[in-house]
Amino acid sequence: MREIWAVAEKDLRIELRSRIVASQVLPFALIVLILFGLALDADKATLRAFTPGLFWITVLFTSILTIQRSVAVEVESEAFESLRLAGTAPWRIFAGKALAVSVQLIAIEVVLAVGVIVLYRSSFEAPGVAAVGALSATVAIASAGSLYGVLAVGNGVRDTILPMLLLPVLAPVLIGATRAFDAGLGTAAVNGWAWAGLLGVVAIIYGTIGAAAYGVVLEDA
Amino acid sequence: MSESTNVATTGSRTTQILGFVVLLGLSVVFVLAFVVTEPDAVQQDAVRMFYIHVPAAIVALYLTVPALAVASAMALYKKTRWWDITAAAAAELGVVFCGLTLVTGVIWGRPIWNTWWEWGDVRLLTTLVLFLMLLGYLAYRRSVVDPGTRARRSAVIALVASTNVLLVNRSVIWWQNRTLHQKSSLIEGRLEDMKLFTFALSTLVFAVMFFWMMIHRFRIGWLEHKIETVGVDAAIAERRASAHAGLDEAISHPALEKEGST
Amino acid sequence: MTTIAMTHVGYLIAGWGITFTVLGLYSISLVRRGRALSTQVPAGQQRWIDTDE
Repeated sequence: MREIWAVAEKDLRIELRSRIVASQVLPFALIVLILFGLALDADKATLRAFTPGLFWITVLFTSILTIQRSVAVEVESEAFESLRLAGTAPWRIFAGKALAVSVQLIAIEVVLAVGVIVLYRSSFEAPGVAAVGALSATVAIASAGSLYGVLAVGNGVRDTILPMLLLPVLAPVLIGATRAFDAGLGTAAVNGWAWAGLLGVVAIIYGTIGAAAYGVVLEDA
Repeated sequence: MSESTNVATTGSRTTQILGFVVLLGLSVVFVLAFVVTEPDAVQQDAVRMFYIHVPAAIVALYLTVPALAVASAMALYKKTRWWDITAAAAAELGVVFCGLTLVTGVIWGRPIWNTWWEWGDVRLLTTLVLFLMLLGYLAYRRSVVDPGTRARRSAVIALVASTNVLLVNRSVIWWQNRTLHQKSSLIEGRLEDMKLFTFALSTLVFAVMFFWMMIHRFRIGWLEHKIETVGVDAAIAERRASAHAGLDEAISHPALEKEGST
Repeated sequence: MTTIAMTHVGYLIAGWGITFTVLGLYSISLVRRGRALSTQVPAGQQRWIDTDE
């Protein structure tokens, strides 16, 4: 547990120092939110009704950048190498990386939530189910993303392949998170808790696969 | 065609027989589907799409995906090129049959559901996501240089993708809670004998076709593997030869040097 | 000439036509790729020639 936290803390500390995510990725997320507003012709009813979908599409796009940054940090500092030499188990490195990505994504989601309240005039009528759904979805995205992020570096692989690999895999997360937010924002009458539960299951599955496969993938990073 | 020992082909006696069976089978299926079977009471003649759409879907979902998953798991476990090449072959066929399932599904959906694409349909969506993941898998394979790395990493991607098919399927079922697809024309016993026979034969022929394609595609992968190895051998030999040419040249070609050392 | 007494002819031609075209072209491409590659590899390394014939 301490090793996991050490890996996560290192990533978060690098972020606090460099502010790449805060100064580049977060503004990107807000710009996407604003562009949706412009594209949908500032139609308030439409924006409100589509908020869950727009919110999670924005998170997915943003997660690509966050994950690429998370991998770049390792590659630049050759940290994977030193972690492996230090004898840290691959699954612990994976958990640490996924935890750091989750924390950053949650911070971005909080800002986006304020953004949709202000810009789209949405209101969180059932914040509990929205929060639990968002948390599970974030862990699922960070888990799948941390695994695929490493796949997309080294050995002639260009990082342009990451969205193509990752986004279809995240399709169930998008469906689930959007439904959970439908319940949370009151935009559709759905059983939000069931969706939050499904997202939890997806997060556990992705987390398990990522932890199991990270060693194989790291071998070649 | 076995007169000569160095015939430049991936064919063999086995594939010739399989290929002949496929061609014969497809002709029979064609006659059965368009001449022998009766139109459906509701769908009229559009029902004849059934005889290619469903067999393609069955091959895509129940042959290529399990083959890809098993081959990838074995590639990780046994670490042999044989399994890796099999996985690559299965994925390519998966793209072909998923693509056909989608196209025929869209064409069939238009007259029957009155729409090309139906978001509410579970199987159509599942197949689409599978199709996209397979495309990503193949794109990934093309981009990795080192064969060993390619085998390990693409096996991970394939296993994630095959697990994910189940998740996509589950979530879409929950999402829509309804589906336009006839749940099971088979189980409900709505198919008369001749239609059932035509469908079963078509599925069988598609399955044989799958094996014919797998064998050929595997052999192509095997040949590529051989050429890759021969290429590496040649490069090493070249390096050895140029090493004799003197140290100066090695220094004046730093790029070459780097390439040789990897 | 008798007219084709069939509904949805266009859809059927498109569906069956695309399927057979794609499968046919893919099969031909498989065989041709195999032939092209076979010439580059010595016969001894093509296992199926030894085992199948």
